[in-house]
Amino acid sequence: MIAELGAFALLLALCLSAAQAGLSAAGRGLNSPLLRGAGEGAAAAAFGAVAIAFAALTVAFVTSDFSVANVAANSHTDKPLLYKVAGVWGSHEGSLLLWCLCLTGFGAAVALLGRGLPAGLKSLTVASQGALGVLFLAFAVFASNPFLRLDPAPLQGRSLNPLLQDPALAFHPPFLYGGYVGFSIVFSFAIAALIEGRVDAAWARWVRPWTLAAWSLLTVGIALGAFWAYYELGWGGWWFWDPVENASFMPWLVGAALLHSAIVTEKRGALPGWTVFLALAAFTFSMLGAFLVRSGVLTSVHAFAVDPARGVLLLGILGVAAGAGFALFAWRAPSFAPGGVFAPVSRESTLVLNNVFLSAATATVLLGTLYPLIVEAVRGDAVSVGAPYFNLTFVPLIAAALVILPAGPLLAWKRGDLKGVLQRLWAAAGLALLASVAAYALYDPKKAFAALGVGLGVWLIAGALVEVAERAKLGRVSGAEAWRRLKGLPRGAWGMTLAHVGLGVFVLGACTETAWKVEAAETLALGQTMRAGAYELKLEQASSVDGPNYLAERGVLVATKGGREVCRPEPERRFYPAGRQTTSEVALCFRGLSDLYVVLGERRATEAGEPAWLVRAYWNPWARLIFLGPLLMAIGGAISLSDRRLRLAAVRKAAPAAKVEAAA
Amino acid sequence: MKPRIAVLTRALATAAALLCLAAASDPSERLPDPAQESRARALFQEIRCVVCQNESIDDSDADLAGDLRRMVREEVAAGRTDAQIRTGLVDRYGEFVLLKPRFSWTNAALWTAPFLVVILGGVALLVATRRSRQVQPAALTPEEEARLARLTDNTVPPVDEITSKGRP
Repeated sequence: MIAELGAFALLLALCLSAAQAGLSAAGRGLNSPLLRGAGEGAAAAAFGAVAIAFAALTVAFVTSDFSVANVAANSHTDKPLLYKVAGVWGSHEGSLLLWCLCLTGFGAAVALLGRGLPAGLKSLTVASQGALGVLFLAFAVFASNPFLRLDPAPLQGRSLNPLLQDPALAFHPPFLYGGYVGFSIVFSFAIAALIEGRVDAAWARWVRPWTLAAWSLLTVGIALGAFWAYYELGWGGWWFWDPVENASFMPWLVGAALLHSAIVTEKRGALPGWTVFLALAAFTFSMLGAFLVRSGVLTSVHAFAVDPARGVLLLGILGVAAGAGFALFAWRAPSFAPGGVFAPVSRESTLVLNNVFLSAATATVLLGTLYPLIVEAVRGDAVSVGAPYFNLTFVPLIAAALVILPAGPLLAWKRGDLKGVLQRLWAAAGLALLASVAAYALYDPKKAFAALGVGLGVWLIAGALVEVAERAKLGRVSGAEAWRRLKGLPRGAWGMTLAHVGLGVFVLGACTETAWKVEAAETLALGQTMRAGAYELKLEQASSVDGPNYLAERGVLVATKGGREVCRPEPERRFYPAGRQTTSEVALCFRGLSDLYVVLGERRATEAGEPAWLVRAYWNPWARLIFLGPLLMAIGGAISLSDRRLRLAAVRKAAPAAKVEAAA
Repeated sequence: MKPRIAVLTRALATAAALLCLAAASDPSERLPDPAQESRARALFQEIRCVVCQNESIDDSDADLAGDLRRMVREEVAAGRTDAQIRTGLVDRYGEFVLLKPRFSWTNAALWTAPFLVVILGGVALLVATRRSRQVQPAALTPEEEARLARLTDNTVPPVDEITSKGRP
């Protein structure tokens, strides 16, 4: 019964989305407040209907209703409640439902919260979002319905892939999809602006909070995924340049570029066409990502819900939506005034330079990801493009962008004083140089590039702090005055600072961990020891353990450093009978910012015939920073979002670009 | 208790192939010479396990990955160069086996495109600044000059200005 309710609600949502698109567009065309209001009502109702469908599927999962095919394929009565709920979005059908929930949710949010938007722009945005809703909901209803029944119902389900039964991964998809699909509303804003033929400072200001929200959610989603890979896949890697990871990274890069180009459009009225292009591109990359991940056209280590036939349909949706968007762009954008005056040394120039590097980085990831497909289509050869390619191309491009980053916020709009800025940054540069030299001298083995990376991280952090100090005139005015100035800084400024510091923290962690991690592996019998970096590990016990839905072998080790016990890692090797799969449960010892990472491998025998276990241990220096950095970036995004001025802008019409002052 | 352990051990053994680990670190595979071993490990990270889902032979514990590791280690121990080993692998498995595509004319687009985008963007920015230097903006009115002076002297306007006058 509950499944039928869900199926009905999903179909209803499809009809409501069609109504949303039609009524809103008609409301704009006929300039009728009644039709516009009806369109907005339909947007809210569509979200309500998808929410009911989503709740129905959740109930089916929680109650283990195996007469629903999707539940039978992805759940099991023994699974803990958290993973029963997470199973809702663990499959292709369920994750598409989550996608639709976010899509209609953002549409409803604009319809209900966008009170200050001009009526025409708002109606067209809601209409465009409705049209996207029709595409994806039609796909959900007709090709990917999660509510199909099984007859007879099986007694037990096939369970969720045990690798996915993990807290970080339970929350990874909602954040990721919030980000992916958050860009849909930015896409709709771009469509609306193109139809209205107006892209100005006010438009950029309205788009920015939505971009910021989507980008922050995506940041958390990607970081959770990386963290999951780090401790669940069992070899301590957190980024593999795998197609599925690249698929999520491209919208993130484009979103970051859009955040910065929208500032230029808002403050200087420049780059309107480019900003709209990025607004269209961000969601296009989201849809491309969904297609790449779901269709299985590229082989990936983490392809979990792949279906080539439905992948073709996703490609069709991508073609229709992005095709329409970019065709509209090609038609309307040439009429935009180029606008704005550019001095070579100015804040807007550094922001454009940032966009150049971010675009090049995105193009690199796109090309590297699709190159095997292109070569196969053109030459018929099979080639691979893996991590070594991205390390040689993406890394230097992004490093160049990071080197110029601290100068950007210190430069004035229009005409900056480069010499003055460099004078103010000398302390940060000195610290960065010192950090590089120290990293080169102290770490073993000596690695010059990684040491430069450490310096780059320090440069970013110190540069961001210098900028705050400059704003407060720290050291040039009295302490009380500086404090008053700090308190008076807008939250948007703090958000930016935190995001840039987060980037530096990430760079520090990523370079240190990648360059100086220590790997050790030995076959240990009970009582034997091994070394990993400065630590000595002794295998004390091994026993078998029963979990709720798995059987496991658990090793108990004692880690000592200089003879002192520091922790007792208890790694497990789990077997899930439902899916006949083995996973390893890594034991992490937190050592400040670093991790001692211990994995229990297969059981073997020593030469004497005693039982022994393969134990792998890693010393991952500053690994914690890799995940702390993105978290800081996302918090920075959230703080910026809470800035009163962004909300005020939604109510009051923003000023023409030329008059907006340098306060932000 | 006993029989269950037996079941568990057998189950773990049969399902082991699904688990991906840094398989190459297995002590039973290692070369005795640490320098040679680290050279082999560096090579493993550039070589694809051709039957796996996008994994290098350094990570994969598939049988084929194990065979390739043994082969590469033997060749490293026999004193062959990295380039010779790569060529040997390409002869057997095609370019698909290399995770780092070769610098060749056929791959020129792949390797140069990222930097071409930067150059294109840089040229566009240069053209924009050139063009805007010719179109000088209208001179500021005295009132605007005064306001500008106040703002540049004082990058943070007093709080009251942000809230009351800052946003027209």
